[in-house]
Amino acid sequence: TRQMAASGQMKRSSHSMDKSIILPPDEIFRNLENAKRFAIDIGGSLTKLAYYSTVQHKVAKVRSFDHTGKEAVDEPLYEISVQEEVTARLHFIKFENAYIETCLDFIKDHLVNTETKVIKATGGGAYKFKDLIEKKLQLKVDKEDEMSCLIKGCNFVLKNIPHEAFVYVKHADPEFRFQTTQPDIFPYLLVNIGSGVSIVKVESEDKFERIGGSSIGGGTFWGLGALLTNTKRFDELLQLASRGQHASVDMLVKDIYGGGYSCLGLTGDLIASSFGKSATEDREFSKADMAKSLLHMISNDIGQLACLYAKLHNLNRVYFGGFFIRGHPVTMHTITYSINFFTKGEVQALFLRHEGYLGAIGAFLKGAEEDNPNQYSWGENYAGSSGLMSVSPELYPMQRTRSGTFDMLEMDRLDRQLVNLPLLLDPSSYIPDTVDLTEDAMAREYWLSCFEEALDGVVSRAVASQPDLTDAKERAEKFSQKYQHKLKTLRQQPFAYGSLTVRSLLDTREHCLNEFNFPDPYSKIKQRENDWALKFFHKVVKSLESLNWEERQFSLVKGLLAGNVFDWGAKAVSDILVTDPDFGFEEAKQQLQERPWLIDTYNKWIERLKGPPHKCALFFVDNSGIDIILGVFPLVRELLCRGTEVILASNSGPALNDVTYSELQILTERIAAMDSVIQSGVQKEQLILVQSGSSSPCLDLRYVPEQNMQISNLSGHVCYVLLCYLSAGHKNKNVFFIKIRLDKGLATVVRERHTDLVIIEGMGRAIHTNFYAALCCESLKLAVIKNSWLADRFGGKIFSVVFKYEQPCK
Amino acid sequence: MEVNGYYFNDGKAEKEEDAPEKPPEEKELSGGGREDAVAESSGGGVPRERLASHSRTRQRIDSLKKNRPPFPWFGMDIGGTLVKLVYFEPKDITAEEEQEEVENLKSIRRYLTSNVAYGSTGIRDVHLELKDLTLCGRKGNLHFIRFPTQDMSVFLQMGRDKHFSSLHTTLCATGGGAYKFEPDFRTMADLQLHKLDELDCLVRGVLYIDSVKFNGSSECYYFENPTDPDLCQKKPYNLENPYPLLLVNIGSGVSILAVYSKDNYKRVTGTSLGGGTFLGLCCLLTGCSTFEEALEMASHGDSTRVDKLVKDIYGGDYERFGLPGWAVASSFGNMMCKEKRESVGKEDLARATLVTITNNIGSITRMCALNENINRVVFVGNFLRINTLSMRLLAYAMDYWSKGQLKALFLEHEGYFGAVGALLELLNPSQL
Repeated sequence: TRQMAASGQMKRSSHSMDKSIILPPDEIFRNLENAKRFAIDIGGSLTKLAYYSTVQHKVAKVRSFDHTGKEAVDEPLYEISVQEEVTARLHFIKFENAYIETCLDFIKDHLVNTETKVIKATGGGAYKFKDLIEKKLQLKVDKEDEMSCLIKGCNFVLKNIPHEAFVYVKHADPEFRFQTTQPDIFPYLLVNIGSGVSIVKVESEDKFERIGGSSIGGGTFWGLGALLTNTKRFDELLQLASRGQHASVDMLVKDIYGGGYSCLGLTGDLIASSFGKSATEDREFSKADMAKSLLHMISNDIGQLACLYAKLHNLNRVYFGGFFIRGHPVTMHTITYSINFFTKGEVQALFLRHEGYLGAIGAFLKGAEEDNPNQYSWGENYAGSSGLMSVSPELYPMQRTRSGTFDMLEMDRLDRQLVNLPLLLDPSSYIPDTVDLTEDAMAREYWLSCFEEALDGVVSRAVASQPDLTDAKERAEKFSQKYQHKLKTLRQQPFAYGSLTVRSLLDTREHCLNEFNFPDPYSKIKQRENDWALKFFHKVVKSLESLNWEERQFSLVKGLLAGNVFDWGAKAVSDILVTDPDFGFEEAKQQLQERPWLIDTYNKWIERLKGPPHKCALFFVDNSGIDIILGVFPLVRELLCRGTEVILASNSGPALNDVTYSELQILTERIAAMDSVIQSGVQKEQLILVQSGSSSPCLDLRYVPEQNMQISNLSGHVCYVLLCYLSAGHKNKNVFFIKIRLDKGLATVVRERHTDLVIIEGMGRAIHTNFYAALCCESLKLAVIKNSWLADRFGGKIFSVVFKYEQPCK
Repeated sequence: MEVNGYYFNDGKAEKEEDAPEKPPEEKELSGGGREDAVAESSGGGVPRERLASHSRTRQRIDSLKKNRPPFPWFGMDIGGTLVKLVYFEPKDITAEEEQEEVENLKSIRRYLTSNVAYGSTGIRDVHLELKDLTLCGRKGNLHFIRFPTQDMSVFLQMGRDKHFSSLHTTLCATGGGAYKFEPDFRTMADLQLHKLDELDCLVRGVLYIDSVKFNGSSECYYFENPTDPDLCQKKPYNLENPYPLLLVNIGSGVSILAVYSKDNYKRVTGTSLGGGTFLGLCCLLTGCSTFEEALEMASHGDSTRVDKLVKDIYGGDYERFGLPGWAVASSFGNMMCKEKRESVGKEDLARATLVTITNNIGSITRMCALNENINRVVFVGNFLRINTLSMRLLAYAMDYWSKGQLKALFLEHEGYFGAVGALLELLNPSQL
């Protein structure tokens, strides 16, 4: 790899922040060879570059063998192949202006495939660097309005990044309180503090208005601060301020009153007159004190104006951004304080995790309108994003291994537009995750260690999943390093990617695995277990049929729970499965806790089943193999027999040994072939399969597929499976039926079918997430706790059972 | 303290003996005329107690009869930077009164009315004097005096040296200093302050002074054609129907009040960026030490060398948002650049400071006016003293940004309304 040494370009080399950086540039400007469409936002000190790239990555595909006419005995049910799939990724890189020339050179050298002729540019520096960019990149600079880029970018991150906005609470642990995404992000107020202040009211995607502003902003802090303290750099001024005592420069209420001005509720410590003491006292003032006083003066002033505008326009969501904020704890604190003071706590100051990128994102989106990026949902790629708080290393003692100078954000295009599950009782208060690890230090410590310990196992399965690829070992090692580094970062900065949860830890791992082309490390295990379990399906059904109704219901539930034990994501289980190959369905049943379970509303469930059948059940399934085949399908069968329609929702992409949508299609088809109830269900469209839109072992009900895109935008999976059925000359028309139904997304199907029961199965979906989720229909959450620490937290032992049947409160 | 606060000294006057025997040397404030020195020494020798109790009995009868407090009549407003003092000089003193008038009272009257400067920092604003004013049935002149709050100890010293406490007058004081210095008044000058809320006094003072007019002409004025520098002109304004009114008091800090009637007002908000900030920053940036100096410098400076304007960024107007090119985009924004820092003059910095503070007050005021749905704003406070620059800027800002909807009004007696309100409280206590 060519090394990029940018240090030579730097003039300010004496400063600690400007230490030389020697970086493998492919770690920064990733995938440049496949980049198309650029945008750049050049601010007073930082440049933000954005580009879109097509990412080829390996995807595990399953493909059914043609079994028509014969019962295969030894052949596996389906074959697995790894295919290249092309998806889209957005890259955003932030660096100091001083590196601009070096970076442009690097980009030029690596730009091979682009047909792009134009680069969208915004920000104050776009004009200044116009010629340089045009000369270096041979692209025409097309300037876009700064404010509209900013707003566009802001809408984009608020919509697509779940924990984008946060409240800053100094001295609290954690200091960052992330806000859950509101279903409707509008209207809001954006206060952008650059050299001046702009206050913008945003009412919809296309409608915004600059309702005011102020000339007292970041430039005032910097300019006036430089004059007063002879300190040249903005960051240094902030540092100076964070050490100072404003009360020695400001005239406080108590300096005038001797105490508080109680009848107005003004406490003695309030500033009555900024710099008032320097007007009346003839003495030297310390630089730090003056800087602090200036910081307070400006923050309070901006906060006050923001509140006045918020009040006038009746808005209570106020986001702050601009270089004055840029993640600086000291400015976030003073702004927060000011907003609290002036609104008496009624309005919270909100900050954005990716605030620095808004302009670049917006400029990029403007240039990409023909690709309709707003039509898609995008998700942050944890593997390629550097997370919060990496730009001011000196204010943060924790040094990243990479220089703090380059900061990255990557967003991957998700297959489909995602929306709230229509059955959520209150989407605005829904929080998927049960425990926020940024707040719960003990749980954080446990889970971080737990993921660290499980890493070796994941690595060996990743290698085993690609026996034919010689570089698998090397890539697995790289994956391990990357994930370990992420865990280390999260240990020190738990808030780096928003709220830290078991879900985000799992997702980060999946992202890192994908990064190193391990699309489905469990594919072989899943295949083997599916094959194995199918052999027992008939027997299980037979034995269930021999039971009376009451016994059968219990046995079904027990079977489902026993099936859920087979979870490779749980270390306790994977250890057993590795060492004891004979551990099967019956053994799992014996492991289960006896009733009464840890959470046990089984009696209520049975009472309900004695009543009229449900209209339609939405079933979020979990693992492959025994779980889906011997646990889930018998219950599905029972529901169908009762006259309940069933929607089986499975992951769109692989995660651990969870059954994926394409695997489930094959399994359903196979089971239908040997079971008349399932077959009839499929034929009559009483049993349908949908994608959950997720590739995570957890489930966020705020993000489920609304509708699939037009055919051209159908996900690779669906198109591919359709094609291979055709080429295999498959006779079974029902399978086609399933595909066609699928063009409607989960949300649409749920609405159309009047779903009145939601079943959520497994630790990831029913315990780590959604444990407290309130739905507006009946719900059944069940799982086996396969982790002794977690069981302990719930007051139980390992293999405790959670059976939580709930009816919505009327 | 009795109902009306007139007799609040009862029982305390007797304790004056603690005062040191020899009056300490005169300092700044009292160092003015010879006359005072004489009065001072004579005052020191009078057997105070006897005289005081005698006059008190007589005055009590007098005041009960006429419902009028004894002289001297003062109102005081002790702010963060300046102490504002109003003094009513009765001109209708009868020969009998003259004869009965105690020496101390006489000497204070002479001292205050025969000087325009007191010590090195006390100043009487002669041009503001209200002549032939009738107050509580007495005719006289109202004098306006100010001195820096820093010199409070000198003032107290003088009060003690002049045996002010022997007069047993009620000293009505407002402003934060009335609270802060209350113990000092008691211990250093043996004076008990009657503390009054500063905003009550401010509102009362404004409404009163406007009602009595300024020696026959209008107290209130505005700037005609504020957006046109050539045609801009000061014009009298008739504030007959004052309500509702936004009252912006710019002292060291700023208070913004919405006044709905004589007795109904609320403090809407305030800002710490006020006169104290202007002077404080000017002192630090230019090395000046007085408000007058700072203003003088500002009048010769050019703030556009210091501030970054919209046109500096966009090359002209920022049309998308209706921002004119001349508007300041970032106050002191040019000072981010080292070369520009080195090329600006002190005058430019003073001017930029003035413009920054003034415009900021203007924009907060405008927002409050919108939120409160009020379209008349009266700006008062000592920041506006001899500060036509700021007044015109405020007039302009109100008019321009509100597209003519808001009117900026000013009052001749700028910073003295709190003190006037305090005096009125002495003469006609509110029924609380």
